Amino acid sequence: MSRNLILGAVLSSLVLLAAVISFVWTPYDHAALNIPNKLQPPNARHWFGTDHFGRDTFSMIMVGARTSIAVALVAVGIGVGFGVPLGLTAAARQGSWLDEVIMRGNDLVFAFPSLVIAILITAVFGAGAINAIIAIGIFNIPVFARITRGAALSLWGREFILAARVSGKGAARISAEHILPNVANLLIVQGTIQFSLGILAEAGLSYVGLGAQPPTPSWGRMLADAQTMVSFAPHLALIPGLAIIVTVLGLNLLGDGLRDWLDPRIRVARA
Amino acid sequence: MLRYAFKRLISLLISLVVASVVIFAVIEVAPGDPASFMLGVNAQEDTLAALRAELGLDVSNAQRYLDWVGGMLVGDFGTSYTYRTPVSQMIADRMWVSLPLALYALILSTLIAFPAGIYAAARRGKPGDLTVMGATQLGIAVPNFWFAMMLVLIFAINLRWFNAGGFAGWNKGLWAGLHSLTLPAIALALPQAAILARVMRSSLLDILGEDFMRTARAKGLTYRQALWRHGVRNALIPVLTILGLQFSFLLAGAIIIEQVFYLPGLGRLVFQAISARDLIVVESVVMLLVFAVITVNFLVDLAYAAVDPRLRSRT
Repeated sequence: MSRNLILGAVLSSLVLLAAVISFVWTPYDHAALNIPNKLQPPNARHWFGTDHFGRDTFSMIMVGARTSIAVALVAVGIGVGFGVPLGLTAAARQGSWLDEVIMRGNDLVFAFPSLVIAILITAVFGAGAINAIIAIGIFNIPVFARITRGAALSLWGREFILAARVSGKGAARISAEHILPNVANLLIVQGTIQFSLGILAEAGLSYVGLGAQPPTPSWGRMLADAQTMVSFAPHLALIPGLAIIVTVLGLNLLGDGLRDWLDPRIRVARA
Repeated sequence: MLRYAFKRLISLLISLVVASVVIFAVIEVAPGDPASFMLGVNAQEDTLAALRAELGLDVSNAQRYLDWVGGMLVGDFGTSYTYRTPVSQMIADRMWVSLPLALYALILSTLIAFPAGIYAAARRGKPGDLTVMGATQLGIAVPNFWFAMMLVLIFAINLRWFNAGGFAGWNKGLWAGLHSLTLPAIALALPQAAILARVMRSSLLDILGEDFMRTARAKGLTYRQALWRHGVRNALIPVLTILGLQFSFLLAGAIIIEQVFYLPGLGRLVFQAISARDLIVVESVVMLLVFAVITVNFLVDLAYAAVDPRLRSRT
Protein backbone atom coordinates (compact mmCIF):
# COMPACT_ATOMS: atom_id res chain seq x y z
CA MET A 1 0.00 0.00 0.00
CA SER A 2 1.32 3.39 -0.96
CA ARG A 3 1.82 6.38 1.27
CA ASN A 4 -0.95 8.19 -0.65
CA LEU A 5 -3.43 5.46 0.15
CA ILE A 6 -2.64 5.47 3.86
CA LEU A 7 -2.62 9.26 4.21
CA GLY A 8 -5.83 9.52 2.21
CA ALA A 9 -7.51 6.81 4.25
CA VAL A 10 -6.45 8.46 7.52
CA LEU A 11 -7.69 11.93 6.51
CA SER A 12 -10.98 10.60 5.12
CA SER A 13 -11.71 8.45 8.16
CA LEU A 14 -10.91 11.39 10.44
CA VAL A 15 -13.67 13.43 8.79
CA LEU A 16 -16.04 10.48 8.68
CA LEU A 17 -15.38 9.81 12.36
CA ALA A 18 -16.11 13.43 13.26
CA ALA A 19 -19.40 13.20 11.38
CA VAL A 20 -20.41 9.95 13.06
CA ILE A 21 -19.43 11.10 16.56
CA SER A 22 -21.40 14.32 16.07
CA PHE A 23 -24.61 12.27 16.23
CA VAL A 24 -23.95 11.32 19.85
CA TRP A 25 -21.52 13.95 21.11
CA THR A 26 -20.28 17.45 20.27
CA PRO A 27 -18.33 19.66 22.70
CA TYR A 28 -21.25 22.10 22.78
CA ASP A 29 -24.71 22.25 21.26
CA HIS A 30 -23.90 23.38 17.72
CA ALA A 31 -27.01 25.59 17.57
CA ALA A 32 -26.87 27.05 21.10
CA LEU A 33 -26.51 30.84 21.03
CA ASN A 34 -24.23 32.38 23.62
CA ILE A 35 -23.89 36.05 22.71
CA PRO A 36 -21.56 37.07 25.62
CA ASN A 37 -19.07 34.52 24.30
CA LYS A 38 -19.19 35.68 20.69
CA LEU A 39 -16.21 35.85 18.31
CA GLN A 40 -13.71 34.18 20.61
CA PRO A 41 -10.49 33.12 18.93
CA PRO A 42 -9.51 29.45 19.32
CA ASN A 43 -8.79 28.68 22.99
CA ALA A 44 -8.81 25.85 25.51
CA ARG A 45 -12.59 25.92 26.02
CA HIS A 46 -13.55 26.49 22.39
CA TRP A 47 -10.90 24.69 20.32
CA PHE A 48 -11.90 26.41 17.07
CA GLY A 49 -13.29 29.58 18.71
CA THR A 50 -16.86 30.86 18.50
CA ASP A 51 -18.85 32.69 15.83
CA HIS A 52 -20.81 35.97 15.94
CA PHE A 53 -23.64 34.28 17.86
CA GLY A 54 -21.23 32.63 20.30
CA ARG A 55 -21.83 29.20 18.77
CA ASP A 56 -18.96 26.72 19.15
CA THR A 57 -17.16 26.43 15.79
CA PHE A 58 -15.74 22.98 16.54
CA SER A 59 -19.23 21.58 17.11
CA MET A 60 -20.50 23.26 13.94
CA ILE A 61 -17.63 21.80 11.90
CA MET A 62 -18.45 18.32 13.24
CA VAL A 63 -22.13 18.62 12.37
CA GLY A 64 -21.25 20.33 9.07
CA ALA A 65 -19.20 17.27 8.11
CA ARG A 66 -22.45 15.33 8.32
CA THR A 67 -24.12 17.65 5.79
CA SER A 68 -21.19 17.56 3.37
CA ILE A 69 -20.84 13.79 3.51
CA ALA A 70 -24.57 13.16 3.23
CA VAL A 71 -25.00 15.42 0.19
CA ALA A 72 -21.93 14.14 -1.64
CA LEU A 73 -22.65 10.49 -0.79
CA VAL A 74 -26.25 10.54 -2.02
CA ALA A 75 -25.13 12.44 -5.13
CA VAL A 76 -22.61 9.65 -5.85
CA GLY A 77 -25.39 7.14 -5.15
CA ILE A 78 -27.57 8.80 -7.80
CA GLY A 79 -24.66 8.68 -10.25
CA VAL A 80 -23.99 4.99 -9.57
CA GLY A 81 -27.66 4.01 -9.35
CA PHE A 82 -28.57 5.44 -12.75
CA GLY A 83 -25.20 5.58 -14.49
CA VAL A 84 -24.01 2.00 -13.94
CA PRO A 85 -27.19 0.30 -15.29
CA LEU A 86 -27.14 2.68 -18.26
CA GLY A 87 -23.49 1.90 -18.95
CA LEU A 88 -24.04 -1.86 -18.61
CA THR A 89 -27.04 -1.71 -20.95
CA ALA A 90 -25.14 0.35 -23.51
CA ALA A 91 -22.26 -2.13 -23.46
CA ALA A 92 -24.52 -5.19 -23.67
CA ARG A 93 -26.33 -3.70 -26.66
CA GLN A 94 -23.22 -2.21 -28.21
CA GLY A 95 -23.85 -0.46 -31.53
CA SER A 96 -27.64 -0.63 -31.22
CA TRP A 97 -29.87 2.44 -31.21
CA LEU A 98 -30.16 2.07 -27.42
CA ASP A 99 -26.37 2.37 -27.03
CA GLU A 100 -26.42 5.38 -29.34
CA VAL A 101 -29.22 7.12 -27.41
CA ILE A 102 -27.56 6.50 -24.04
CA MET A 103 -24.16 7.73 -25.15
CA ARG A 104 -25.50 10.82 -26.97
CA GLY A 105 -27.55 11.64 -23.87
CA ASN A 106 -24.35 11.37 -21.84
CA ASP A 107 -22.49 13.72 -24.15
CA LEU A 108 -25.34 16.16 -23.82
CA VAL A 109 -25.24 16.25 -20.02
CA PHE A 110 -21.44 16.50 -20.14
CA ALA A 111 -21.71 19.55 -22.37
CA PHE A 112 -23.63 21.53 -19.75
CA PRO A 113 -21.69 23.71 -17.33
CA SER A 114 -22.61 21.76 -14.18
CA LEU A 115 -22.29 24.65 -11.76
CA VAL A 116 -24.59 26.89 -13.78
CA ILE A 117 -27.25 24.20 -14.07
CA ALA A 118 -26.95 23.35 -10.38
CA ILE A 119 -27.56 27.02 -9.59
CA LEU A 120 -30.52 27.09 -11.98
CA ILE A 121 -32.08 23.98 -10.41
CA THR A 122 -31.66 25.11 -6.83
CA ALA A 123 -32.77 28.64 -7.67
CA VAL A 124 -35.97 27.50 -9.33
CA PHE A 125 -36.96 24.62 -7.07
CA GLY A 126 -35.81 26.34 -3.91
CA ALA A 127 -32.54 26.21 -2.04
CA GLY A 128 -32.00 23.19 0.16
CA ALA A 129 -29.97 20.06 0.70
CA ILE A 130 -32.30 17.82 -1.35
CA ASN A 131 -32.20 20.01 -4.45
CA ALA A 132 -28.44 20.41 -4.09
CA ILE A 133 -28.10 16.61 -4.02
CA ILE A 134 -30.21 16.25 -7.17
CA ALA A 135 -28.32 19.02 -8.97
CA ILE A 136 -24.93 17.46 -8.15
CA GLY A 137 -26.16 13.89 -8.67
CA ILE A 138 -27.45 14.45 -12.21
CA PHE A 139 -23.96 15.31 -13.37
CA ASN A 140 -22.56 12.15 -11.79
CA ILE A 141 -24.76 9.93 -13.98
CA PRO A 142 -22.87 10.36 -17.29
CA VAL A 143 -19.53 9.97 -15.50
CA PHE A 144 -20.46 6.53 -14.22
CA ALA A 145 -22.32 5.52 -17.39
CA ARG A 146 -19.31 6.27 -19.56
CA ILE A 147 -16.73 4.58 -17.36
CA THR A 148 -18.95 1.49 -16.91
CA ARG A 149 -19.60 1.16 -20.63
CA GLY A 150 -15.93 1.55 -21.49
CA ALA A 151 -14.81 -1.10 -19.04
CA ALA A 152 -17.70 -3.45 -19.85
CA LEU A 153 -17.04 -3.30 -23.60
CA SER A 154 -13.55 -4.71 -23.18
CA LEU A 155 -14.95 -7.52 -21.01
CA TRP A 156 -17.64 -8.59 -23.49
CA GLY A 157 -14.96 -9.90 -25.85
CA ARG A 158 -13.36 -12.15 -23.22
CA GLU A 159 -13.61 -15.93 -23.08
CA PHE A 160 -15.30 -16.19 -19.69
CA ILE A 161 -18.18 -14.06 -20.97
CA LEU A 162 -18.40 -16.28 -24.03
CA ALA A 163 -18.54 -19.28 -21.71
CA ALA A 164 -21.39 -17.68 -19.78
CA ARG A 165 -23.28 -17.03 -23.02
CA VAL A 166 -22.77 -20.61 -24.16
CA SER A 167 -24.16 -21.80 -20.85
CA GLY A 168 -27.37 -19.96 -21.75
CA LYS A 169 -27.26 -16.83 -19.61
CA GLY A 170 -28.96 -13.72 -20.98
CA ALA A 171 -27.32 -10.34 -21.41
CA ALA A 172 -28.88 -8.91 -18.25
CA ARG A 173 -27.71 -11.82 -16.13
CA ILE A 174 -24.22 -11.74 -17.57
CA SER A 175 -24.02 -8.00 -16.93
CA ALA A 176 -25.04 -8.42 -13.32
CA GLU A 177 -23.13 -11.61 -12.49
CA HIS A 178 -19.95 -11.31 -14.53
CA ILE A 179 -19.45 -7.78 -15.85
CA LEU A 180 -20.40 -5.80 -12.77
CA PRO A 181 -18.02 -7.55 -10.32
CA ASN A 182 -15.18 -6.96 -12.77
CA VAL A 183 -15.78 -3.24 -13.14
CA ALA A 184 -16.38 -2.72 -9.41
CA ASN A 185 -12.78 -1.63 -8.76
CA LEU A 186 -13.00 1.13 -11.33
CA LEU A 187 -16.31 2.26 -9.91
CA ILE A 188 -14.91 2.45 -6.38
CA VAL A 189 -12.02 4.64 -7.53
CA GLN A 190 -14.29 6.90 -9.60
CA GLY A 191 -16.79 7.02 -6.74
CA THR A 192 -14.11 8.35 -4.41
CA ILE A 193 -13.20 11.08 -6.88
CA GLN A 194 -16.83 12.06 -7.51
CA PHE A 195 -17.35 12.08 -3.76
CA SER A 196 -14.62 14.69 -3.33
CA LEU A 197 -15.99 16.75 -6.23
CA GLY A 198 -19.41 16.54 -4.58
CA ILE A 199 -18.00 17.94 -1.33
CA LEU A 200 -16.54 20.89 -3.24
CA ALA A 201 -19.77 21.44 -5.18
CA GLU A 202 -21.89 21.32 -2.02
CA ALA A 203 -19.60 23.85 -0.36
CA GLY A 204 -19.89 26.15 -3.39
CA LEU A 205 -23.68 25.89 -3.53
CA SER A 206 -24.17 26.49 0.18
CA TYR A 207 -21.68 29.36 0.03
CA VAL A 208 -23.98 31.19 -2.40
CA GLY A 209 -26.96 30.28 -0.20
CA LEU A 210 -28.37 27.50 -2.38
CA GLY A 211 -27.37 24.51 -0.25
CA ALA A 212 -28.59 23.27 3.11
CA GLN A 213 -30.59 25.95 4.90
CA PRO A 214 -30.25 27.14 8.51
CA PRO A 215 -30.21 25.80 11.15
CA THR A 216 -28.47 22.84 9.45
CA PRO A 217 -24.78 23.79 9.65
CA SER A 218 -22.78 23.48 6.44
CA TRP A 219 -19.18 24.42 5.76
CA GLY A 220 -20.04 26.51 2.73
CA ARG A 221 -22.53 28.66 4.62
CA MET A 222 -20.14 29.04 7.56
CA LEU A 223 -17.71 30.56 5.04
CA ALA A 224 -20.38 32.87 3.65
CA ASP A 225 -21.21 34.05 7.18
CA ALA A 226 -17.53 34.55 7.94
CA GLN A 227 -16.88 36.71 4.91
CA THR A 228 -17.95 40.02 6.42
CA MET A 229 -16.04 39.26 9.63
CA VAL A 230 -12.81 38.11 8.04
CA SER A 231 -10.90 41.20 9.17
CA PHE A 232 -11.54 40.75 12.89
CA ALA A 233 -12.34 37.04 13.18
CA PRO A 234 -10.17 35.31 10.53
CA HIS A 235 -10.50 31.94 12.30
CA LEU A 236 -14.14 31.76 11.22
CA ALA A 237 -13.07 31.82 7.56
CA LEU A 238 -9.92 29.75 8.01
CA ILE A 239 -11.36 26.72 9.81
CA PRO A 240 -14.28 25.68 7.55
CA GLY A 241 -11.95 26.13 4.55
CA LEU A 242 -9.34 23.87 6.11
CA ALA A 243 -12.07 21.32 6.88
CA ILE A 244 -13.05 21.25 3.19
CA ILE A 245 -9.42 20.99 2.08
CA VAL A 246 -8.65 18.12 4.46
CA THR A 247 -11.73 16.21 3.29
CA VAL A 248 -11.19 16.74 -0.43
CA LEU A 249 -7.44 16.14 -0.22
CA GLY A 250 -8.02 12.96 1.79
CA LEU A 251 -10.56 11.61 -0.71
CA ASN A 252 -8.37 12.48 -3.71
CA LEU A 253 -5.35 10.77 -2.18
CA LEU A 254 -7.54 7.80 -1.29
CA GLY A 255 -8.81 7.63 -4.88
CA ASP A 256 -5.30 7.82 -6.36
CA GLY A 257 -3.99 5.28 -3.87
CA LEU A 258 -6.88 2.88 -4.51
CA ARG A 259 -6.37 3.12 -8.25
CA ASP A 260 -2.72 2.15 -7.94
CA TRP A 261 -3.50 -0.54 -5.41
CA LEU A 262 -6.41 -2.11 -7.30
CA ASP A 263 -4.85 -1.91 -10.76
CA PRO A 264 -3.18 -5.31 -11.23
CA ARG A 265 -0.94 -4.05 -14.03
CA ILE A 266 0.72 -1.50 -11.79
CA ARG A 267 1.02 -4.04 -8.98
CA VAL A 268 2.85 -6.47 -11.23
CA ALA A 269 5.13 -3.72 -12.48
CA ARG A 270 6.01 -2.79 -8.94
CA ALA A 271 6.61 -6.32 -7.69
CA MET B 1 -12.34 16.34 -41.90
CA LEU B 2 -15.30 18.10 -43.46
CA ARG B 3 -17.53 15.11 -42.73
CA TYR B 4 -16.38 15.09 -39.13
CA ALA B 5 -16.95 18.84 -38.77
CA PHE B 6 -20.45 18.46 -40.22
CA LYS B 7 -21.31 15.62 -37.83
CA ARG B 8 -20.05 17.61 -34.85
CA LEU B 9 -21.98 20.66 -36.02
CA ILE B 10 -25.23 18.65 -36.12
CA SER B 11 -24.67 17.38 -32.57
CA LEU B 12 -23.80 20.94 -31.49
CA LEU B 13 -27.15 22.14 -32.83
CA ILE B 14 -29.03 19.28 -31.17
CA SER B 15 -27.30 20.06 -27.87
CA LEU B 16 -28.28 23.70 -28.12
CA VAL B 17 -31.93 22.90 -28.92
CA VAL B 18 -32.19 20.40 -26.06
CA ALA B 19 -30.46 22.84 -23.72
CA SER B 20 -32.88 25.64 -24.58
CA VAL B 21 -35.91 23.35 -24.09
CA VAL B 22 -34.60 22.12 -20.73
CA ILE B 23 -33.83 25.62 -19.47
CA PHE B 24 -37.18 26.95 -20.65
CA ALA B 25 -39.03 24.03 -19.06
CA VAL B 26 -37.19 24.39 -15.74
CA ILE B 27 -37.99 28.10 -15.59
CA GLU B 28 -41.58 27.39 -16.65
CA VAL B 29 -42.32 25.09 -13.73
CA ALA B 30 -40.87 27.62 -11.29
CA PRO B 31 -43.55 28.59 -8.81
CA GLY B 32 -44.70 32.20 -8.81
CA ASP B 33 -46.09 34.48 -11.48
CA PRO B 34 -43.66 37.31 -12.34
CA ALA B 35 -46.53 39.78 -12.85
CA SER B 36 -48.02 39.27 -9.39
CA PHE B 37 -44.54 39.27 -7.90
CA MET B 38 -43.84 42.68 -9.44
CA LEU B 39 -47.14 44.26 -8.48
CA GLY B 40 -47.49 42.74 -5.02
CA VAL B 41 -50.35 40.74 -3.51
CA ASN B 42 -52.93 43.56 -3.61
CA ALA B 43 -52.80 44.08 -7.37
CA GLN B 44 -56.07 44.32 -9.30
CA GLU B 45 -56.88 41.51 -11.71
CA ASP B 46 -57.02 43.83 -14.76
CA THR B 47 -53.67 45.46 -13.92
CA LEU B 48 -52.13 41.99 -13.66
CA ALA B 49 -53.60 40.99 -17.01
CA ALA B 50 -52.28 44.16 -18.61
CA LEU B 51 -48.80 43.59 -17.24
CA ARG B 52 -48.84 39.95 -18.34
CA ALA B 53 -49.73 41.08 -21.84
CA GLU B 54 -46.97 43.68 -21.77
CA LEU B 55 -44.40 41.07 -20.67
CA GLY B 56 -45.65 38.63 -23.28
CA LEU B 57 -46.79 36.13 -20.64
CA ASP B 58 -50.39 35.79 -21.90
CA VAL B 59 -49.69 33.45 -24.82
CA SER B 60 -49.21 29.67 -24.86
CA ASN B 61 -45.97 28.08 -23.60
CA ALA B 62 -44.98 26.86 -27.05
CA GLN B 63 -45.47 30.34 -28.48
CA ARG B 64 -43.39 31.87 -25.69
CA TYR B 65 -40.60 29.34 -26.21
CA LEU B 66 -40.50 30.16 -29.93
CA ASP B 67 -40.54 33.90 -29.20
CA TRP B 68 -37.69 33.48 -26.74
CA VAL B 69 -35.48 31.38 -29.03
CA GLY B 70 -36.33 33.43 -32.09
CA GLY B 71 -35.51 36.62 -30.24
CA MET B 72 -32.16 35.28 -29.04
CA LEU B 73 -31.22 34.34 -32.61
CA VAL B 74 -31.44 38.01 -33.60
CA GLY B 75 -29.87 39.27 -30.37
CA ASP B 76 -33.10 40.17 -28.60
CA PHE B 77 -33.09 38.59 -25.15
CA GLY B 78 -36.35 40.15 -24.00
CA THR B 79 -36.97 42.81 -21.38
CA SER B 80 -36.04 42.46 -17.73
CA TYR B 81 -39.12 42.18 -15.48
CA THR B 82 -37.60 44.30 -12.72
CA TYR B 83 -35.44 46.84 -14.51
CA ARG B 84 -37.57 47.20 -17.66
CA THR B 85 -34.36 47.40 -19.70
CA PRO B 86 -33.39 45.06 -22.55
CA VAL B 87 -31.70 41.93 -21.17
CA SER B 88 -29.21 42.04 -24.06
CA GLN B 89 -28.03 45.43 -22.80
CA MET B 90 -27.62 44.12 -19.24
CA ILE B 91 -25.70 41.09 -20.47
CA ALA B 92 -23.45 43.20 -22.69
CA ASP B 93 -22.56 45.47 -19.74
CA ARG B 94 -21.74 42.54 -17.46
CA MET B 95 -19.85 40.73 -20.16
CA TRP B 96 -17.14 43.38 -19.96
CA VAL B 97 -16.35 42.13 -16.48
CA SER B 98 -16.86 38.38 -16.81
CA LEU B 99 -15.08 37.84 -20.11
CA PRO B 100 -11.87 39.75 -19.23
CA LEU B 101 -11.87 38.00 -15.84
CA ALA B 102 -12.01 34.55 -17.46
CA LEU B 103 -9.28 35.48 -19.97
CA TYR B 104 -7.08 36.96 -17.24
CA ALA B 105 -7.47 33.79 -15.15
CA LEU B 106 -6.73 31.60 -18.17
CA ILE B 107 -3.49 33.49 -18.86
CA LEU B 108 -2.43 33.29 -15.21
CA SER B 109 -3.20 29.60 -14.97
CA THR B 110 -1.15 28.93 -18.13
CA LEU B 111 1.77 30.98 -16.84
CA ILE B 112 1.80 28.97 -13.62
CA ALA B 113 0.98 25.54 -15.00
CA PHE B 114 3.29 25.26 -18.01
CA PRO B 115 6.59 25.86 -16.19
CA ALA B 116 5.44 23.82 -13.19
CA GLY B 117 4.35 20.84 -15.33
CA ILE B 118 7.50 20.89 -17.50
CA TYR B 119 9.72 21.23 -14.44
CA ALA B 120 8.02 18.31 -12.70
CA ALA B 121 8.21 16.05 -15.77
CA ALA B 122 11.87 16.84 -16.35
CA ARG B 123 12.67 15.91 -12.75
CA ARG B 124 10.40 12.91 -12.50
CA GLY B 125 10.57 11.17 -9.12
CA LYS B 126 12.99 13.74 -7.67
CA PRO B 127 12.16 16.12 -4.80
CA GLY B 128 11.27 18.93 -7.26
CA ASP B 129 8.65 16.74 -8.93
CA LEU B 130 7.22 15.56 -5.62
CA THR B 131 6.93 19.15 -4.39
CA VAL B 132 5.10 20.30 -7.51
CA MET B 133 2.81 17.26 -7.43
CA GLY B 134 2.06 17.80 -3.75
CA ALA B 135 1.25 21.44 -4.45
CA THR B 136 -1.13 20.46 -7.25
CA GLN B 137 -2.92 17.96 -4.99
CA LEU B 138 -3.45 20.81 -2.56
CA GLY B 139 -4.47 23.20 -5.35
CA ILE B 140 -7.19 20.83 -6.54
CA ALA B 141 -8.56 20.42 -3.01
CA VAL B 142 -8.82 24.16 -2.27
CA PRO B 143 -12.28 25.64 -2.97
CA ASN B 144 -11.61 28.73 -5.08
CA PHE B 145 -14.05 30.96 -3.19
CA TRP B 146 -12.26 30.16 0.08
CA PHE B 147 -8.91 30.88 -1.53
CA ALA B 148 -10.44 34.17 -2.70
CA MET B 149 -11.38 35.07 0.88
CA MET B 150 -7.85 34.32 2.05
CA LEU B 151 -6.43 36.53 -0.73
CA VAL B 152 -8.72 39.34 0.43
CA LEU B 153 -7.61 38.83 4.02
CA ILE B 154 -3.93 38.96 3.15
CA PHE B 155 -3.62 41.34 0.20
CA ALA B 156 -6.59 43.64 0.70
CA ILE B 157 -7.14 43.84 4.46
CA ASN B 158 -3.64 43.36 5.84
CA LEU B 159 -1.33 44.59 3.09
CA ARG B 160 -3.82 46.97 1.43
CA TRP B 161 -2.40 46.32 -2.02
CA PHE B 162 -5.84 45.75 -3.54
CA ASN B 163 -9.45 46.63 -2.85
CA ALA B 164 -11.42 43.92 -1.09
CA GLY B 165 -14.10 44.01 -3.77
CA GLY B 166 -15.91 45.99 -6.41
CA PHE B 167 -14.87 46.90 -9.92
CA ALA B 168 -13.22 50.19 -10.85
CA GLY B 169 -14.65 50.19 -14.37
CA TRP B 170 -12.76 50.24 -17.63
CA ASN B 171 -13.39 53.97 -18.09
CA LYS B 172 -10.90 54.57 -15.26
CA GLY B 173 -8.26 53.13 -17.51
CA LEU B 174 -6.94 49.69 -18.35
CA TRP B 175 -4.68 49.55 -15.31
CA ALA B 176 -7.44 50.34 -12.80
CA GLY B 177 -9.67 47.70 -14.38
CA LEU B 178 -6.98 45.02 -14.38
CA HIS B 179 -6.00 45.92 -10.85
CA SER B 180 -9.48 45.25 -9.50
CA LEU B 181 -9.66 41.95 -11.43
CA THR B 182 -6.27 40.68 -10.22
CA LEU B 183 -7.29 38.98 -6.95
CA PRO B 184 -10.40 37.36 -8.50
CA ALA B 185 -8.33 36.14 -11.43
CA ILE B 186 -5.72 34.60 -9.12
CA ALA B 187 -8.43 32.89 -7.08
CA LEU B 188 -9.99 31.45 -10.24
CA ALA B 189 -6.68 30.49 -11.80
CA LEU B 190 -5.11 28.53 -8.97
CA PRO B 191 -7.23 25.33 -8.97
CA GLN B 192 -7.23 25.37 -12.77
CA ALA B 193 -3.45 25.74 -12.82
CA ALA B 194 -3.14 22.70 -10.55
CA ILE B 195 -5.15 20.55 -12.98
CA LEU B 196 -3.34 21.96 -16.01
CA ALA B 197 0.10 21.37 -14.49
CA ARG B 198 -0.78 17.71 -13.88
CA VAL B 199 -1.96 17.29 -17.48
CA MET B 200 1.19 19.02 -18.77
CA ARG B 201 3.38 16.73 -16.67
CA SER B 202 1.74 13.46 -17.64
CA SER B 203 1.53 14.45 -21.29
CA LEU B 204 5.23 15.34 -21.34
CA LEU B 205 6.12 12.10 -19.53
CA ASP B 206 4.31 10.12 -22.25
CA ILE B 207 6.31 11.93 -24.92
CA LEU B 208 9.63 11.49 -23.09
CA GLY B 209 9.23 7.72 -23.40
CA GLU B 210 8.83 7.90 -27.20
CA ASP B 211 11.45 6.53 -29.59
CA PHE B 212 11.97 9.88 -31.29
CA MET B 213 13.14 11.35 -28.01
CA ARG B 214 15.86 8.71 -27.81
CA THR B 215 16.74 9.45 -31.43
CA ALA B 216 17.01 13.15 -30.62
CA ARG B 217 19.46 12.38 -27.83
CA ALA B 218 21.34 9.93 -30.05
CA LYS B 219 21.88 12.53 -32.76
CA GLY B 220 23.67 14.67 -30.17
CA LEU B 221 21.09 16.99 -28.63
CA THR B 222 21.50 17.64 -24.94
CA TYR B 223 18.68 16.55 -22.64
CA ARG B 224 17.52 20.12 -22.38
CA GLN B 225 17.52 20.70 -26.14
CA ALA B 226 15.62 17.48 -26.77
CA LEU B 227 13.13 18.33 -24.05
CA TRP B 228 12.27 21.72 -25.51
CA ARG B 229 12.54 21.07 -29.24
CA HIS B 230 10.81 17.69 -29.38
CA GLY B 231 9.26 17.00 -26.01
CA VAL B 232 7.34 20.11 -25.00
CA ARG B 233 6.10 20.80 -28.53
CA ASN B 234 4.53 17.39 -28.88
CA ALA B 235 3.18 17.38 -25.35
CA LEU B 236 1.25 20.58 -25.99
CA ILE B 237 -1.54 18.98 -28.06
CA PRO B 238 -3.53 17.40 -25.20
CA VAL B 239 -2.68 20.36 -22.98
CA LEU B 240 -4.23 22.81 -25.43
CA THR B 241 -7.44 20.79 -25.43
CA ILE B 242 -7.72 21.02 -21.67
CA LEU B 243 -6.92 24.71 -21.93
CA GLY B 244 -9.89 25.22 -24.26
CA LEU B 245 -12.20 23.34 -21.93
CA GLN B 246 -10.91 25.36 -18.99
CA PHE B 247 -11.91 28.62 -20.59
CA SER B 248 -15.55 27.64 -20.58
CA PHE B 249 -15.16 26.32 -17.05
CA LEU B 250 -13.64 29.62 -15.93
CA LEU B 251 -16.47 31.58 -17.52
CA ALA B 252 -19.05 29.51 -15.62
CA GLY B 253 -16.93 29.18 -12.48
CA ALA B 254 -16.55 32.94 -12.25
CA ILE B 255 -20.15 33.07 -11.01
CA ILE B 256 -19.15 32.24 -7.44
CA ILE B 257 -15.92 34.25 -7.45
CA GLU B 258 -17.86 37.33 -8.58
CA GLN B 259 -19.99 36.87 -5.44
CA VAL B 260 -16.89 36.96 -3.23
CA PHE B 261 -15.54 40.17 -4.76
CA TYR B 262 -18.88 41.89 -5.43
CA LEU B 263 -17.93 42.15 -9.11
CA PRO B 264 -20.74 43.34 -11.41
CA GLY B 265 -20.41 40.38 -13.80
CA LEU B 266 -22.79 37.79 -15.22
CA GLY B 267 -22.71 35.78 -12.00
CA ARG B 268 -23.97 38.62 -9.85
CA LEU B 269 -26.57 39.39 -12.50
CA VAL B 270 -27.88 35.82 -12.20
CA PHE B 271 -28.06 35.91 -8.41
CA GLN B 272 -29.73 39.31 -8.33
CA ALA B 273 -32.22 38.14 -10.93
CA ILE B 274 -32.91 34.97 -8.94
CA SER B 275 -33.73 36.88 -5.77
CA ALA B 276 -35.94 39.33 -7.69
CA ARG B 277 -37.62 36.41 -9.56
CA ASP B 278 -36.55 38.14 -12.78
CA LEU B 279 -36.72 34.81 -14.57
CA ILE B 280 -36.26 36.10 -18.13
CA VAL B 281 -32.81 37.35 -17.11
CA VAL B 282 -31.91 34.04 -15.39
CA GLU B 283 -33.12 32.10 -18.42
CA SER B 284 -31.16 34.18 -20.92
CA VAL B 285 -27.89 34.35 -18.99
CA VAL B 286 -27.92 30.61 -18.29
CA MET B 287 -28.62 29.91 -21.97
CA LEU B 288 -25.79 32.23 -22.96
CA LEU B 289 -23.34 30.45 -20.64
CA VAL B 290 -24.46 27.04 -21.90
CA PHE B 291 -24.07 28.31 -25.46
CA ALA B 292 -20.55 29.54 -24.71
CA VAL B 293 -19.52 26.26 -23.09
CA ILE B 294 -20.98 24.05 -25.82
CA THR B 295 -19.48 26.20 -28.58
CA VAL B 296 -16.02 26.26 -27.03
CA ASN B 297 -16.14 22.47 -26.61
CA PHE B 298 -17.10 22.20 -30.29
CA LEU B 299 -14.21 24.41 -31.40
CA VAL B 300 -11.78 22.46 -29.23
CA ASP B 301 -12.97 19.18 -30.79
CA LEU B 302 -12.48 20.61 -34.28
CA ALA B 303 -9.02 21.95 -33.46
CA TYR B 304 -8.08 18.61 -31.96
CA ALA B 305 -9.30 16.71 -35.02
CA ALA B 306 -7.41 19.11 -37.28
CA VAL B 307 -4.08 18.28 -35.63
CA ASP B 308 -4.78 14.59 -34.92
CA PRO B 309 -6.35 12.80 -37.92
CA ARG B 310 -6.92 9.60 -35.91
CA LEU B 311 -9.77 11.27 -34.05
CA ARG B 312 -11.81 12.02 -37.13
CA SER B 313 -12.86 8.41 -37.68
CA ARG B 314 -14.17 8.25 -34.11
CA THR B 315 -17.56 9.87 -33.98
